[in-house]
Amino acid sequence: MSEISSPSPPSAANPGGLVCSPAPPAEIDASCRPPLVVLFLCAAVWLVIGSAFALIASIKFHAPEFLADSAWLTYGRVRPAGANCMLYGFCMPAGLGVALWLLARLGRTRLVLPGLVTVGAVCWNLGVAAGVGGILAGGSTGFENLEMPSYAARLAFLGYLMIVVWGALTFHQRRERQLFVSQWFLFAALFWFPWTYSTADLLLLTFRVRGMAQAVIAWWYADNLLVVWLGLVGLATVFYFVPKLTGRELHSRYLALLTFWMLILFGSWGGIPASAPVPAWMPVSSAVATGLGVIGIVAVALNVQGTLGGQCSKLLTHPSLRFIGFGVVAFIVGGVISAAGALSEVSHVTQFTWFTVARGLLNSYGFFAMVMFGAIYYIVPQLFGIEFPSAKLVRVHFWTAAAGILLLVVPLAAGGVVQGLKLRQPEIPFTDIAKGTLPFLRASTTGDLLIALGHLMFLANLAGLAVRFYRARAISAWAAATAEIKPAEARP
Amino acid sequence: MNYGPLVFLAAFFALASSWCGFVLTPQLQIGRLQQTNTVGGAASRYPVARPGLAQQGMEVYRANGCAYCHSQQVGQTGTLLEIALTEAGTNQAATIAALRKLAESAPDQPARLTLLVPLPPGLSNAASATILEGLPRTFLRSSTREAANAAVKTLNATSAKAQLCIVPVGPDLARGWGKRRSVAEDYLFDLTVMPGSQRVGPDLADLGSRQPDANWHLRHLYAPRLEVKGSTMPPYRFLFEKREIKFRPSPEALALPDELAPGAGYEIVPKPAANALVAYLTALHADAPLFDAPRTLPPSAGTPASTNAPVVSGASATNAVPTNAPAK
Repeated sequence: MSEISSPSPPSAANPGGLVCSPAPPAEIDASCRPPLVVLFLCAAVWLVIGSAFALIASIKFHAPEFLADSAWLTYGRVRPAGANCMLYGFCMPAGLGVALWLLARLGRTRLVLPGLVTVGAVCWNLGVAAGVGGILAGGSTGFENLEMPSYAARLAFLGYLMIVVWGALTFHQRRERQLFVSQWFLFAALFWFPWTYSTADLLLLTFRVRGMAQAVIAWWYADNLLVVWLGLVGLATVFYFVPKLTGRELHSRYLALLTFWMLILFGSWGGIPASAPVPAWMPVSSAVATGLGVIGIVAVALNVQGTLGGQCSKLLTHPSLRFIGFGVVAFIVGGVISAAGALSEVSHVTQFTWFTVARGLLNSYGFFAMVMFGAIYYIVPQLFGIEFPSAKLVRVHFWTAAAGILLLVVPLAAGGVVQGLKLRQPEIPFTDIAKGTLPFLRASTTGDLLIALGHLMFLANLAGLAVRFYRARAISAWAAATAEIKPAEARP
Repeated sequence: MNYGPLVFLAAFFALASSWCGFVLTPQLQIGRLQQTNTVGGAASRYPVARPGLAQQGMEVYRANGCAYCHSQQVGQTGTLLEIALTEAGTNQAATIAALRKLAESAPDQPARLTLLVPLPPGLSNAASATILEGLPRTFLRSSTREAANAAVKTLNATSAKAQLCIVPVGPDLARGWGKRRSVAEDYLFDLTVMPGSQRVGPDLADLGSRQPDANWHLRHLYAPRLEVKGSTMPPYRFLFEKREIKFRPSPEALALPDELAPGAGYEIVPKPAANALVAYLTALHADAPLFDAPRTLPPSAGTPASTNAPVVSGASATNAVPTNAPAK
């Protein structure tokens, strides 16, 4: 265990040798442990906080007077606060943690400077905390998915840079020169976010562009984060874990590379809604790109199916695989729905409705968060070298999360379609339409509730494991420190 | 394919292409828009910056996340071409005959001109005069621009005065949410552009035109279901304060029904944030006819005598006409 405390890069261990031997997995895991524990534990805490906000926002559709006298907890602040907890509190740090571990494991090298990565993780979480507080205090920037006030978002961004610089160096120092497809995805994701975020910060918050150009850039940023970044990291995880946990080869490297190209070429052109009051070429090219993106989704489906050898029941064999399998299905369904939504007949019904919310949740939660749960449930016991306190809780978490997502997404999507069809008929008064969505929204509250329960289980399991590990170490350290000095060790 | 730099280049070019497409080009195309002239009738500059209190109100709108429930963009599905008569002229029988003939001109083809006012055959002169009273009035709807122009010419030849009206239509406009589709110019002077993505509540792009009453907005913010039965909007009571009446009631105090009244000796007064927010809401106008979103103002717009609607003061006036424009 002594190598944990020595964050020296592997090259220092072999000063003169150009030919470096691969680091053993246990050493790699040990080098990853401090930053990943911070990233994953904080992510789990943000999940719980975020689902509490989501529940408050959802309850307001049962009773508009609920917590109405508090400015901090008004719907328009609680909802973005919850969404930011999910996206920046959970999805991104969990994705970064998994990415670091995958880069180290696939490169067969220890994580470079884990101490500084840990500092970066702390910095990121402080930024998110300031950002969520800022939103609740009324400091939201007003741009969807970029609500955190700039001071907070910049602090988090600094943390991101501190994490990915060492991630990129880990990639550079890999001992295994042959690249696995996951590494393509991860390496692209690492620098994708700095570019999109710095553009959004500079042009939306620092030197503001005027008029609708703001909205277009905000849509571009959100699309590149939610579709491309989450897609790259999530698919890298899928392509690593599905072959590994089923003990088979990845079906086709070329299909995976096709997915990579489709995602970065077409995914990055999506995001402009069909209704946007901007010159028509923007929503049209966005719709075309989203439609073409279906190629990449089909490639994922073929690849995963081929890897499983046609036996999809294999996904149920390992608890992590269940989560990842669910994520793959959600990715495919969500992608097909997005591509269908690119048709103007569909988008004219679904625009401005809860359907778009349901589609977003299917991507960020049904796909990405579920894949991350699966990966974290696999990685964390490896880091600590001990199993989870309760394996049963992992299984229960899967079923609550799966049921929760279905209960959240299906009512919202159905309610959105009804709402959209009614919005097209001007003779139906608007209050009737708004009231007509309430049963659907109220049904989705049960989904929020189940998801929140699942998050508590996740946090309990993760924290229980960390407590067990660090208590054992503390006890042994205490025993060593307070052990009687043997005469042989004492100075003469 | 085993080189990091190749992955980097691939991702770099993919992201660069979308950056050029959706960051650089929009900035060049719509980020540099300038004020334009409105079209039709008295041309004025559009858009005009909102008054200071309304700009503060926009910050309240942003801080409280109003945009999560309210969009500020309306769409239209098409335009109608309508022909209105503004003056009857001297030869009313000829005008009526021309109208009737225009509508019947091509019975074998799908009707290009539809009559909107019933003109039964064999009208007496007195009946024709009643029909042509109360002008301006819309008489014909045309499906093509050419047919409409020809019809205007024909009607003008009968000594009446006809006008071609461009009327944007669509479900949003039929709900009264706007008068034409939203265009990029509408947002030019917004410090933070919040077009919104959801319609949990109604669209607000043109709210100031349909509800210019500030007191209505204040009561609606304080107790939404007081003004809109069955509204799902949460109340914003934190924008108001309950105050003891010292010497005489404040003129700003909300007029509330008994069940919501704060009790004897107390009154509900809007905080500055509420007043700013209402100033912003009543300043929301997106109805100016523009080159890329044309509409013809109702022919009666310039003649106050022919309308019985009260003149909307304050909000619409400040938004529609720059203060230093020459008086008309």
